[in-house]
Formats: sequence, C-alpha cells, structure tokens
Amino acid sequence: MSITYLEAIREAQAKLLRDDERVFIYGQDVGGTFGGAFKATKGLAKEFPGRVLNAPISEDAIVGTAIGAAMQGMRPIVEMQFADFSSIALNQILNNAGTHYWRTNVSVPITVRLPSGGTKGSGPFHSQSMESLYAHYPELIVMTPATVEDAYTMLIEAVAIDDPVVYCEHKYLYYHLKADNLPSESLPTGRARIAREGRDLTIVTYSAMLHEALAVAEQLVNEGFEIEVVDLRSVKPLDTNTVLASVARTGRLLCVGESFPWGGATAEIIARVTAEGFHLLDAAPQRLNAKDTPIPYHPNLWSAHRPNANKIARKARALLRE
Amino acid sequence: MLETATRRKKSTRSNAAPHERFLEAFRWMLLTRTLEEKLVSLYRGGLITGGVYIGKGQEAVSVACGLFLQKGDIFAPLIRDQAGRSAFGEPLLDVTRTYLGSRQGPMRGRDGNIHRGRPRDNQLAMISHLGAMVSVTVGALMAKRFRGEKNFVGLSCIGEGGMQTGAFHEGMNIAAVEQVPLVVVATNNHYAYSTPNDREFACRDLVDRAMGYGFEGYTIDGTDLTNCLDVIGGAVKRARAGRPPQLVVASILRLSGHGEHDDASYVTDEIKREPFARDCVKVAEQTIVDLNLADAETLAEWRRDAAAQVDQAISTAQKEAAPEAAEEDWCAISTRDLVDFLE
Repeated sequence: MSITYLEAIREAQAKLLRDDERVFIYGQDVGGTFGGAFKATKGLAKEFPGRVLNAPISEDAIVGTAIGAAMQGMRPIVEMQFADFSSIALNQILNNAGTHYWRTNVSVPITVRLPSGGTKGSGPFHSQSMESLYAHYPELIVMTPATVEDAYTMLIEAVAIDDPVVYCEHKYLYYHLKADNLPSESLPTGRARIAREGRDLTIVTYSAMLHEALAVAEQLVNEGFEIEVVDLRSVKPLDTNTVLASVARTGRLLCVGESFPWGGATAEIIARVTAEGFHLLDAAPQRLNAKDTPIPYHPNLWSAHRPNANKIARKARALLRE
Repeated sequence: MLETATRRKKSTRSNAAPHERFLEAFRWMLLTRTLEEKLVSLYRGGLITGGVYIGKGQEAVSVACGLFLQKGDIFAPLIRDQAGRSAFGEPLLDVTRTYLGSRQGPMRGRDGNIHRGRPRDNQLAMISHLGAMVSVTVGALMAKRFRGEKNFVGLSCIGEGGMQTGAFHEGMNIAAVEQVPLVVVATNNHYAYSTPNDREFACRDLVDRAMGYGFEGYTIDGTDLTNCLDVIGGAVKRARAGRPPQLVVASILRLSGHGEHDDASYVTDEIKREPFARDCVKVAEQTIVDLNLADAETLAEWRRDAAAQVDQAISTAQKEAAPEAAEEDWCAISTRDLVDFLE
C-alpha cells in the first residue's frame, strides 16, 4: 500500500466523518462529484450525504458559518481553496473565532484547512504560506504537517481540539510525498520531532521545507557534517524545549520557513533561543525565508524566491564555518 | 414586575392579544430607556470606562426582535439592541456588570459595553466588525438543522451602516443558499456614525436588496411599535414556518450620538423634523393613553418598577470587585496544554 499526503488528508476526513456525527465539511467545490480543487474531499459527499457541502465564493461567510455551527456543538472543517484566499476570512478567523473563548468562555472548535505554499507557475495569489500571520494571533493553533503520517494524525487531532485550528497543508507535498501506511499513533500537537539526528548544526523547519533541509543534511554528510533537523510540526504552539535541547547538542541554529521574511516563525524561534539559550550558541543564529516580494509566477523566478536545498546548504556551510 | 433574571416561557407570547403584547413590549422599552439614561449619567460622571452605546429611538424595533423568539432560538443583537436583549432574556445584571467592569459579569472585564453575550443561551456576542454576525447566525441554525431540531429560528440585527460591508453581503447570500430560518432586521437610523445615507448607499430602497439576496423583504416605520410588532412578529413566524429568509428594514432616527462621547452635531435640523425622527417610546405611550390601554397610575407604577430594577442592577454591580491583572490567567485557549506563551 502506498498513500500520498493528499490521500492522507482525505482519509483523515473520511475517518472523522465516519466516527463523529458532529463533523461536516464546508468550502468551495468540496462537495458534489468534484471533491475539491485538489480532490482532498473526493467521494466524501457521496459517502456522507448532506455533510460535505459546497459553499459560495464567500470566505468570510464560510468561516462565520463554521463558527456559528461550532458554538452550537458541531465540529466543522472548512477547506479554503487556497491559503491565499483565507485573507478574505481573516476577520472571522482572527476577530471572531480568535477572541471568542477569551471573551465568552465558549470555545469555537473549527478547523480551517489551508492548501498552502508555492508550486511552479502558481503566482502571487495561489502560493502563499500564511502560518506566521495566523500564529501571531492568540487563540489559534497553527499546524504545519510535513509528513504523510502527520498530515493524517494532525488533522484528526485538529478536529478534536476545542479551540480554532489553522491546518496548513502544503500543496507541494500533495502528490510527491508517500508513505506505506497510515499511523494509529503520533506525537501530540505541540511536540516537535527530531527528523534527523546530528551534532554540528540544528536546522529547525516545518512543512515542505523539512524535505529540503533533510536533503541538505544528506548532502553535507559528504563534507563531514552531521546536521540535526527538527520538524516543528506545529508553529503554534512552538516546541521551544525540543529546539533548545537540539541547540544544546549542536551549538548552531538555522531556521528555515517558506513564509515572508519579516517577523514570523523563524524569527520567533531565534528570539526564543537567543533569549533562553544564548549560552548554548557557538555562532549567531541564522534564518532563511522566501524573498520579501510577492511570489512570482515564472518557475525561474519562483525557484529563486523560495528557500530551497541549495540556499539552505549555502547558509548551513557558512554557519558551520563560523 | 417584568422578569429579567431568567428566560421566560414564551409559548403564550405570540398568541397574546395584540394590546397585551403591545403593553409587554412597551414595558421592555421603558426599562431600556430607564437603564440607558442611567448608564449615560454614570458615563458622564466618569463611572464607566470605555464607551456607552444606547438604542434611543430604536427601542420599538429592537424589542420586537427579542419578543417573538422562543427558547432554542438564536438571537444576534447589535449595538442598539438593549430592548431586544432584555426581551430575549438577558438579565439586567449582565448589562450593568459589563459596563461597570464587574468580574462577575459574563465578559469578566475582558470585553465591555455592548460586546457581550451568552452564546450558551443562544444570545451571540457581537464583534465590532459589522456584518460578521449574520453568517455566524446562519451557522448556528445549520447546526440545529444537522441535529434534527425543529421549529427554531434565528434573528440577526444590523444597521444600514453594517449593510454596506462585504461580510453582510456574504452572510445574506449564504443564508439564502442554505435556506435557514433566519430573520435579518436592519434598522436604518440614517447615520453611520456621522455619515448620512447619501454617502452610504445609492439604491432606491434598502429593502429592494431582499429580492437580490433571495430573501422576502418588508419595511416598517420603526417609530410605530404596533407596526414593528406586526411585521417583525410576522417575519419570525414565516421563517419558523419554513419560508425563505426574511429581511425587515426599519426606518428611524438615532436619537443620540453614535456613542455618548459623540454630540451628534452633524444631525441636521431638517432630518429631526422627519416622521421617522419621532421618539418611539413617546409614540407608544401616546397610543396607550389614546386607546386607554393603561391608566396614568399604572404607567407611573411601571416607571417606578423600571427605575427600581435598574437601581438594583447598578448598585449590585457597583459593589462587586473589578478584575485584577494578577488574578487573570491570561490564557486565550481552552486547551491548556496547547498554550504556547504563558508568562
């Protein structure tokens, strides 16, 4: 058996619909025979009649509707067609879902799935990584699964969590990433995973960049370096302890994320490690993000805009030389 | 005495004789006017922090919004809906505790003034971003339908200002697509803060939008309590019976500033002479006198009762402790083991 990252997301939703009658899926093109722009809900409308519903192109109202249903005890899953379009729903996510428990003591258990990140030819409006923006706000859990196994278990966990969850699934991983089986157990949300052990440098990353970082780690073995790679799994909560423990072993830190460079997850990690583990560092911590421009359409430009294995390797070598 | 502490049994309400219903509504309006006048004086005396936002002139529309809802119905009031909130069952103490910052209020000092609610009792807590609560009401109704509940309705309030937001348009459209039993009551008070209607919208009549959304639309004179009760009551009944979503557009003049910090100097003398500028409380009282529905002593007794209830609610809240930063848990999420940043 071989299952892709995308199929894992579909299977997780099928399981959720099967096991929990409070679950329904709401979003553009998710229902009918179509099953979503990326087919993440393919066949589910037929298998679960009345529970996988097409919505109009109304991101604000889709999330607002999910919030109202969640307050009444449902467990809605919203599919944004692309993470980029969740900007239309920011008000509902940040100001309504994101303040509700604090204000009223009534939590809003919605899961908002964001097909995230760049792919060739997708351009400024179908490529964004918005985890850093969402993580900035209180009351949101922000998941960034990098593996087929995590895509599956974390989505199931997202729906079980009583608070609003932004689940960032990376489109680049949809078809390419495969696993033999779906797991029945996993680390809990909020715990990072050591994806590869090493002693010379810690690369902290998440989502699609995990695989670029692992490729670099493999490559630098030939140059005599052992790189430790930490997969954050969720950027909020952020597992500072696992990161600090890794930096304690290696003395060097490089943070890699696909979102824009100003602020964000990579800056947050460096701020925390610098504040809490300054004495552990043998060199100034570094970070690598996308360029500070909109995301370009043409593959020649796009491949230079995003962080990739070559850029990570260059940063890593410079850091290892210090 | 009107019972404000708990939601009343409302099975008889929609069957009440018209004049009984009118008098009940009037008493909620009187209570609201009394309460809000008191809140204004507390604000002017520096005893309320933040703002005070009152519904003066909107009580007739608002009370009709709350009065026909039953246990299990969803109510999404907005800024100027004290009368509706009270008629729906909000205890006066919720109001005074929130305004006066008591830690025992439903918002515990975390939010203030009209940004309050009890979602577990189906009274949604509005956010300031107008239009956002329409789709939230739709979702609450969908949840009830998913669960197989019957005979429920939702009512979401908006103003003509909020009607110009994208969120409102999306919410109206999605309500009609989902065919939920929703009533949207839109009160045109002729100013969005200081901006008059001619800079807010250019359509002939806001109710014409009902057809475009797939709603049934009605207009009312928001200064006429009988008209408000008849039309909003009818809309609630139709939505409950499975008719398409209902839009009711009421016309009034806001007889106050946007908030009490606002002297409303931009309201023209000309508009103050319009028929919709009448004070609905005075109009309703005149009706009571004209039709001899209650005598002067009864009216005076109702006023005394309202004042006593308000005084009680205020003095109780004033005696209660304010929230303390050192005792606040500063935790935004309910899943405590997922807290990221606990200081």
